[in-house]
Amino acid sequence: MERVPVLKIGDILLVSIQIDMEDQVALQLQDDLAEKIVTTGTHGVIIDISALDIVDSFVGRTLANIASVSRVLDAETVVVGMRPAVAITLVELGLSLPGIRTALNVELGIAMLGTRDHSDLFDDEDEDEPDPVVVTTP
Amino acid sequence: MSDESQRIPVDSDRDVVRVRQLVRTFAVTVKLSLVDQTKIVTAASELARNTLVYGGGGEVEVTRVQNDRRAGIRIVFADQGPGIADLELALTDGYTTGGGMGLGLSGARRLVDEFDIDTEPGKGTTITIVKWCR
Repeated sequence: MERVPVLKIGDILLVSIQIDMEDQVALQLQDDLAEKIVTTGTHGVIIDISALDIVDSFVGRTLANIASVSRVLDAETVVVGMRPAVAITLVELGLSLPGIRTALNVELGIAMLGTRDHSDLFDDEDEDEPDPVVVTTP
Repeated sequence: MSDESQRIPVDSDRDVVRVRQLVRTFAVTVKLSLVDQTKIVTAASELARNTLVYGGGGEVEVTRVQNDRRAGIRIVFADQGPGIADLELALTDGYTTGGGMGLGLSGARRLVDEFDIDTEPGKGTTITIVKWCR
């Protein structure tokens, strides 16, 4: 059986689904992610579905379950990259994915999780010494 | 009315993936719009899974169809399973006997242009759906 890889980047687990998943593969991903959240202690999960040309009720339910399980394990899940045609179809199917946070792409997803500290992901700026906040009154 | 068709058995998860891929190929061939391709493939995925999970497996036939005005795609899902006793209930959003979300049947019906169920307890279920090019 194929398996969807789970990558750890900083405080985030990144999953990019690149295959047309059999139901068992989706369930395996759900188990793998729960396990990985606990073993790595990460607080954010990003699931990139930009390569998926459909999301049916099974995959939709699996995404919702992943989000719920993650939350219980102190991690936030963001589903990113949903294609417009997939979004239209999902809503018509009757699945609006309540409880799932979404972003348009991985970058925005990371920003969404940014309420936690992910400064180690961005090395282009020296963030060791944050600029002092200066408040001036006019 | 039809010019080409293809059948595949549905006996495993892998076959559900095959159904999706076959329907996608037909949908592209008859030039459905991208949104309509997505809808018919999603509907096919739901119904093929039902054939497997509730019908105990069966067969799917995908056919390219043409009427006097437009082209389309017809898909027939047939199983010899237990059948559906209360069709109205089975078509209700959120009703499930299988632990799913109860959107497969009712949701799939919303995604297609024509939807027909032939079922009887003990005699299996045959569902026919059609999506036409706009």
